[in-house]
Amino acid sequence: MNGFWQGRRIPLAWLLLTRQPMRLAVALAGIAFAGILMFMQFGFRDGLFDASVTVHRLVDADLVLISPRSTSSVRMAGFPRRRLVQTMADPEVRSITPMHWSLMLWRNPDNRATRAILALGFEPADSLFTDPSLAAKAQLLTQKGRVLFDESSRPEFGPVARWFRQGRTVESEIAGKRVRVVGLVSIGTSFGADGNLITSSETFLDLMPNTPPGSIEVGLIRLTPGADPLQVQKRLQQQLPVDVKVLTKAGFVAFEQDYWRSSTAIGFIFTLGAAMGFVVGCVIVYQVLYSDVSDHLPEYATLMAMGYRLPTLLGVVAREGLLLVAFGYIPAYLAGQGLYAFVRSATRLPVTMDLTRAMTVLVLILIMCLGSAGLAMRRLADADPAEIF
Amino acid sequence: MLDPSPPRSVAAGPPAIQLDGLSHWFGKGDTRRQVLQQVDLRVDAGEVVLLTGPSGCGKTTLLTLVGALRSVQSGSVQVLGESLDGASRGQRQRLRREIGMIFQGHNLLRCLTAEQNVQMGSDLLPDLGYRARRDLAREWLRAVGLGDELNKLPHDLSGGQKQRVAIARALAAEPRLLLADEPTAALDSRTGREVVDLLQGLARSRGCAVLMVTHDPRILDIADRVLRMEDGQLVESSSGERLWGAARLPDGGVAAAVE
Repeated sequence: MNGFWQGRRIPLAWLLLTRQPMRLAVALAGIAFAGILMFMQFGFRDGLFDASVTVHRLVDADLVLISPRSTSSVRMAGFPRRRLVQTMADPEVRSITPMHWSLMLWRNPDNRATRAILALGFEPADSLFTDPSLAAKAQLLTQKGRVLFDESSRPEFGPVARWFRQGRTVESEIAGKRVRVVGLVSIGTSFGADGNLITSSETFLDLMPNTPPGSIEVGLIRLTPGADPLQVQKRLQQQLPVDVKVLTKAGFVAFEQDYWRSSTAIGFIFTLGAAMGFVVGCVIVYQVLYSDVSDHLPEYATLMAMGYRLPTLLGVVAREGLLLVAFGYIPAYLAGQGLYAFVRSATRLPVTMDLTRAMTVLVLILIMCLGSAGLAMRRLADADPAEIF
Repeated sequence: MLDPSPPRSVAAGPPAIQLDGLSHWFGKGDTRRQVLQQVDLRVDAGEVVLLTGPSGCGKTTLLTLVGALRSVQSGSVQVLGESLDGASRGQRQRLRREIGMIFQGHNLLRCLTAEQNVQMGSDLLPDLGYRARRDLAREWLRAVGLGDELNKLPHDLSGGQKQRVAIARALAAEPRLLLADEPTAALDSRTGREVVDLLQGLARSRGCAVLMVTHDPRILDIADRVLRMEDGQLVESSSGERLWGAARLPDGGVAAAVE
């Protein structure tokens, strides 16, 4: 009875498991399956939430103005552009970028099918993204009808990037108007948008003629170095009328994620999927441990007849559970890594194995195995040493 | 460890088993059935006592009561000087460490090798390191003639070998009382003979009392006393000496221990 592992004893739990390879294989397959399912569901969920803010993370802004009527990136409402100009009166506001933001129907230049793409419009001389490589390409947009195409867009938009790299002139149609791709940018798909394109405000308004004059969807505000974004946000919100909302950049990201989290069933669906994986894993592990205890009941009873204490025998079952955790988690983790890589290449969603998720699944598998072991232990109470003579 | 030592004096210490007016019932209400009626029995340290009788006469129940596997309903049971009347689960479990049990089915742990099975017995000894307990297990396996089968699983052993492993396991815990339920039932006559001779010799050398249930007439000669049980009562008692003659006792010195 020296410590939990009783290192000086025969490793009964280990031998019980390893000398029944079929049963062990079933248990490990069950745990690994449950683990993989949980990794997948959590991965999709977090990946989708993460992906919903690809553009939001890229914008070059300390504060962001949006309309209070905007609900998410796919339903951005307009507000008067002069509200953004008004903020320039604040001494700590350094520069601003008015930005148009809307979904448009892009025609696949290859097969003529149309599909919604997220279009961003801005004055090419302004700063849009923190990534400086965009600035040089932005000069190409000064001519009307020119767009920069996101090379990470889904293939359904057509082989635009490939054609462009081959030196072909890539032209397509938005709202019945001809546009020409003059450059490629790398943004990434998001929840609401399978693809992105960037164009000048002039072209944008040409493609969306119904936009009220002087209306924009997003206003980017950059502050002087050393300014506290939270203070300026508070000040601006007080000074400006209620037809605009002032957000920090982090708030802008959160605004988008909150929409997908609370206003859609996505979070619920994937959490439910993970829960199902958990339940299936529990059932398999419980079944394996329960039948293991049942099969060995006469042997456990013999040990009790020899004078072994019930807690010692319960410890054997508990250790079987712990061993299953260790052996089941490793393949689940490795398979999870592999599947994430597959999902990244297939869906272009930013799904990666992070520590939090790895630990969450480990803890869930731990609960699964130890909980099942705990339930299987009740069977041990049936081990009556008086029955074995 | 296995050096033969003279059997303990009968007079010294409490008897291994002392039963007074022991009665036991199974079932409840209308189906309640008495299996033991007013059994009185005394087995001294170092004594080998056989218990025979038709099946269902209560022999096994008697063994489980003496083995502290059941709680006592009526009468008095004293084993190794401890009273079992109204003893708690924990008390009985501690006492069981002092009692070696050999079952009709060998009840070896299937996933353990012969050596590991025996070590499950020696693991019960306090104050011994892992190595010492393992060496003890090996020693006992050699003593039962299985020194070459240490690493075999029960699956790969013959019936007689398994029974000998079970005996080694019971003895490895250094019990002061050995209870056996038809240890030879599954064995052919030659192996059965070997097993009981071994049991008797090893038990004698350790001065431990043996109470063995058997139907096997071929092994009655190892007993100091043979008891017969019928319908829950001990009906006759005869000494092995009287039944079989002192000459047939393998160890003549032990006859002196019997009244």
